[in-house]
Amino acid sequence: MGDERPGVFYGLMALGAGFLLWGSYWGLFLAPRETYMGDVQRIMYVHVPTAWNAMLALTYSFVCALAFLMKGGWKWDNRLEAAMEVGIAFCALLCVQGSIWAKPTWGVWWDWDPRLTTMAVLVFAFSGILALRRFVDDPVKRAVWSSVACIVAYVDVPIVYFSVKWWNSLHQVQSTPQTVSSPFHWPLRINAFGVLFLMIGLIGLRSRVAGLRLQGELAPPLPERPAAPLLAPKAQGGAR
Amino acid sequence: MQLLAALHKELLLQWRTKAQLLAIFIFGASSLLLFSFAVGPDSSALRQHAAGFLWLGLMLSSTLTLAESFQSEMEQRALEGLLLLPAGARALYYGKAISNWTQLTLLGIGLIPLMVVLYDTPMPRPFALLGVIMAGAAGLSAPGTLYAAMTSQARAKQTLLPLLLFPLVVPVLLSAVKATSLLILGDPMGQVRDWVLLLLCFDAIHWSLCGFLFDRVVED
Amino acid sequence: MRGSTLAVEGDAICRRYGRRWALVDVTFAVPTGAVFVVAGRNGSGKSTLLRVLSTAIRADRGTARMAGHDVRTHPQEVRRQVAILSHHSYLYEALTALENLQVAARFLGKSAERTALLPLLEEVGLAERADDPPLTFSAGMRKRLALARVLLQDAPVVLLDEPYGQLDPPGFRLVDHLLGLFRERGTTALVATHLLDRAAALCDQGMVLEQGRVSWTGRAADLPTQSGLAAAGLPEGD
Repeated sequence: MGDERPGVFYGLMALGAGFLLWGSYWGLFLAPRETYMGDVQRIMYVHVPTAWNAMLALTYSFVCALAFLMKGGWKWDNRLEAAMEVGIAFCALLCVQGSIWAKPTWGVWWDWDPRLTTMAVLVFAFSGILALRRFVDDPVKRAVWSSVACIVAYVDVPIVYFSVKWWNSLHQVQSTPQTVSSPFHWPLRINAFGVLFLMIGLIGLRSRVAGLRLQGELAPPLPERPAAPLLAPKAQGGAR
Repeated sequence: MQLLAALHKELLLQWRTKAQLLAIFIFGASSLLLFSFAVGPDSSALRQHAAGFLWLGLMLSSTLTLAESFQSEMEQRALEGLLLLPAGARALYYGKAISNWTQLTLLGIGLIPLMVVLYDTPMPRPFALLGVIMAGAAGLSAPGTLYAAMTSQARAKQTLLPLLLFPLVVPVLLSAVKATSLLILGDPMGQVRDWVLLLLCFDAIHWSLCGFLFDRVVED
Repeated sequence: MRGSTLAVEGDAICRRYGRRWALVDVTFAVPTGAVFVVAGRNGSGKSTLLRVLSTAIRADRGTARMAGHDVRTHPQEVRRQVAILSHHSYLYEALTALENLQVAARFLGKSAERTALLPLLEEVGLAERADDPPLTFSAGMRKRLALARVLLQDAPVVLLDEPYGQLDPPGFRLVDHLLGLFRERGTTALVATHLLDRAAALCDQGMVLEQGRVSWTGRAADLPTQSGLAAAGLPEGD
């Protein structure tokens, strides 16, 4: 991802936008009204796909981090940077959507829902890693350290989720719906694919930008040449 | 043998720089004081949230402790010198992490009397509280040592370390605060054990993972 | 190791820092027991080369073999065979001179007793300051303490980066004496310096680095006259 021509990614983003328009139209105007929450529930058609793809982006960044540390190769670092940025953007968007949902539903902007709270923590955790990248000048150190930090942060995700869930369970007075009934499936799926294509396109393009920037930071590659034969040791002498 | 050598070095450095620990303790103590000013002279509210203030104070102090622990390693590149001897990177990590853990535990123990006085908290189970302090300090120390090694070599090190560390140790904060609060204020449903288990789970994962990754951070 | 012919072999070593190549295709060989000078102007890559050979940093291309071990694939084995005197002193400012040596001794599995380490400090002229921290030392004294640390390692290959830097005339004689000691023991020494006459007198062979490339190799005795560096105005020693 990032090595292909940019047209592929623009195409994917256009396809994703198309799916989103279709799915959102279906969800806003055609899907039935939810019994308890009414029209406010329709935000689910972007909220849930955003959630799925946010975690997918961060999972991909984890895979890229592992690949870089185990195999090397600058493409993995470029993809890591892109996936983290897109993942953070989606997580932040998720938190905003969650607030938009929470205010009319429960009268508060933030209700400490374990999933959303975990996402908020991830926004800060991965933003810290992006900040680390800005403050390290050496490209190799930057790539290695952000891979290490990404692995540590990602491994922490389930622990953060469970700790917030237990912490919140002592206070929770409301809960989000756990299951989605069938009339809502199709717009949800269409939007999920829409966001997925959009995400892949964004990561691909951003990865290309990271690669181009890296080229400007590194010395141009030396021309390949056969290794010079080792110098024959000269006769000892000269010194004491 | 290498781990013992690393521990010996850390103890020696800690002893030589003990004035720093005192300064960090004073910082932690002043944080507790500032929290009570922020809340106001409401004894009941202060007692209710005493555990939170204690652990926030400890977390803020931990960034100073962790950053200082690598100051001596980076001044004259002493850490690189040890790696070239060769000293095992893993031994160096665990020596440093154990040293940081000890300092944070001592800091936590030192802040408890202050918490009792300022927030009027009871102390029915002091040894259990010591256990929670140790488990929580371990949770701060493991990832903190790894990140301190990174950020000590980067620009804006004072900003980067808390930026990287604090989101990661949210489970430590939640578990330690909950466990401490239950120990201080009462635990009718016996939940302390669950929170301590979560803390120990965090510790186990990060003490192994961060030790495993340390050599990638300090080697070229 | 001490039985093999070549102690140090550089094979097309390349290393970059950001946009700049600091070493380009550096190839050379040093026989076991030789004292080899690496000369060159500031920024020519001498320190970078020594750091690559010591495994403090990695080569981007090419490799080197130190005492038969490849620096890329077996860095830990290389480190057991190599001691480096670097620009950085590798000292803990808060610990005393003796304690600094004790820390190193413990990691090396050697005796950390005062009686075992004081002779090293005597050798470098710091016995009277054994219980003082490097924080109170001059730059020359720190260099002496770093030399003591190198002696402690007793490695078959020693890399000395500007050993004469910051030293006074007695310090110069100390380094000369140590180079003689290395020769007696059969220790292979690489010395990065721009004191050409001194290098010519004390070393066997040498090379000149210019902008990261090897521009001259030959007998150390020919360094001041044939390498072109003296004409460029490099100092010719004490």
